[in-house]
Amino acid sequence: MARAITPRKKLMWTVLAWGLGLLIFFPILWTFLTSFKSEATAISDPPVWFFFDWTTENYQAVLERSNYPLALSNSIAIAVGSTLLGIVIAVPAAWAMAFVPGDRTKDVLLWMLSTKMLPAVGVLYPLVLLAKWLGLMDSRLLLIVILMLINLPIIVWMLYTYFREIPGEILEAARMDGASLKDEILYVLTPMAVPGIASTILLNIILAWNEAFWTILLTTVDAAPLTKFIASFSAPEGLFYAKLSAASIMAIAPILIMGWFSQKQLVRGLTFGAVK
Amino acid sequence: MATQQSRSAARLMIAPAVFVLLVWMLIPLCMTLYFSFADYRPLRGVFEAWVGFKNYESFLSSSSFLKAVGTTLWMVAGILSITIIGGILFALLLDQPMFGQGIVRILVIAPFFVMPTVSALVWKNMFFNVDNGLFSYLYQFLGLQPYDFLSQSPLFSIIVIVAWQWLPFATLILLTAVQSLSSEQLEAAEMDGAPALKRFWYIILPHLSRAITVVILIQTIFLLSIFAEIFVTTNGAFGTRTLTYLVYQRVLESQNIGLGSAGGIIAVILANIIAIFLMRIVGKNLDK
Repeated sequence: MARAITPRKKLMWTVLAWGLGLLIFFPILWTFLTSFKSEATAISDPPVWFFFDWTTENYQAVLERSNYPLALSNSIAIAVGSTLLGIVIAVPAAWAMAFVPGDRTKDVLLWMLSTKMLPAVGVLYPLVLLAKWLGLMDSRLLLIVILMLINLPIIVWMLYTYFREIPGEILEAARMDGASLKDEILYVLTPMAVPGIASTILLNIILAWNEAFWTILLTTVDAAPLTKFIASFSAPEGLFYAKLSAASIMAIAPILIMGWFSQKQLVRGLTFGAVK
Repeated sequence: MATQQSRSAARLMIAPAVFVLLVWMLIPLCMTLYFSFADYRPLRGVFEAWVGFKNYESFLSSSSFLKAVGTTLWMVAGILSITIIGGILFALLLDQPMFGQGIVRILVIAPFFVMPTVSALVWKNMFFNVDNGLFSYLYQFLGLQPYDFLSQSPLFSIIVIVAWQWLPFATLILLTAVQSLSSEQLEAAEMDGAPALKRFWYIILPHLSRAITVVILIQTIFLLSIFAEIFVTTNGAFGTRTLTYLVYQRVLESQNIGLGSAGGIIAVILANIIAIFLMRIVGKNLDK
């Protein structure tokens, strides 16, 4: 950088950026603080900020509510299950399109993307009907399959953009040296593809975890993940801010942490390579 | 390099993905299409397999349709303008030299990872609530009458919630684009004495135009199907019923499957018009 940066200017930018950044982050911070207050403190007038008796009773209360552990395990099963199922189907497809591109590869990729743009309400009733016919209403399996299908285009696209960055010459060189297809995949391709696959898994777990259309409408209790569990707080019952906050923090904490690690992949995964 | 053999192997590898997506697209969509031409109200035991375009006519001519389209447009336009303008400002801000840039970035991005039901409920109860919400305290502190956001400005309230969730997305993508801008060009302009506003208007903004287009298109596709935020805040009341929500209510709440399915098909068509533009941009990029 040739531009001279005066320390004063840098300090000014720092103060401004931190101020606005904290403003955006504030709802999460406030939820976090509230989750450690007693219910009475949570609605005290004027609001208290940091100096109160910090308590973990809300977390205990939420954990003891029988539904929370079930919702958590459903969220994990649905997010991880749908992502892994999607990976199993998408890896061969993305691999083939990246390394053996045909005339119609581009069309196939764009068509896959177009399925992502189908508004969910357009197929709401048929899915409710099919789920009932198959006896899959309120089951984890149903949501695993549906969320896999919703995210499959993104998984294929992300993997495709990662695989395309692997130089094809390396494969040719391996072939020249007499590597079989199995060796090629196992020793040449896999080590180079693992980081891309890992990022894809990470981003898709996040997307599946936060999906809030099908998870709300196709579950009641047994398969209800955290999105649905939290939605049940929408009818307030007396003093509940602190417990709502505790439940919210528990629902978002793991994903927030994963999300911070996946910032870069987010841009790639959600713009389909249109912004680099 | 691609032999006949590897070609057919490739096809075999792509087949499962294409097959499941094809089934996923075709079967439910055909069923919706089928129901959209039927009079099907299971709660009243009515089923008539063919009523022609009657459902489309009544859906399109109902006042709730036009209202829902209006609400949807306001909501999407409101959220887009907040996130795009805010996103550009944040992207430019985060590009400046400062201490702890990485941490500020993390703070700004965080809302994107909060699940919709959580963010909607946190805003609804802890900020907008007229009795105990933080905004009420703020209003009182300023000597104003507390304001009941969700019943007096419900559409605006939902726009705030969703814009808060999507601002990080716009910021992150625009920041990626800002960072790819060559600093030489900017420095040259600065040395030539171009004021900051002119540099922004003639150099930065044109450079960002593609990223802005992409953000608008992708967000629009997601914003057209906003659901959970409305579900847990107003449940579609007080003029917050979007097209998505209207179809949901027709199908699952009033169980008028024919009418709802016609609405669903209309929503699919509208979404596809926007999707075509996005696909063109993405497709062009693939050729590079």
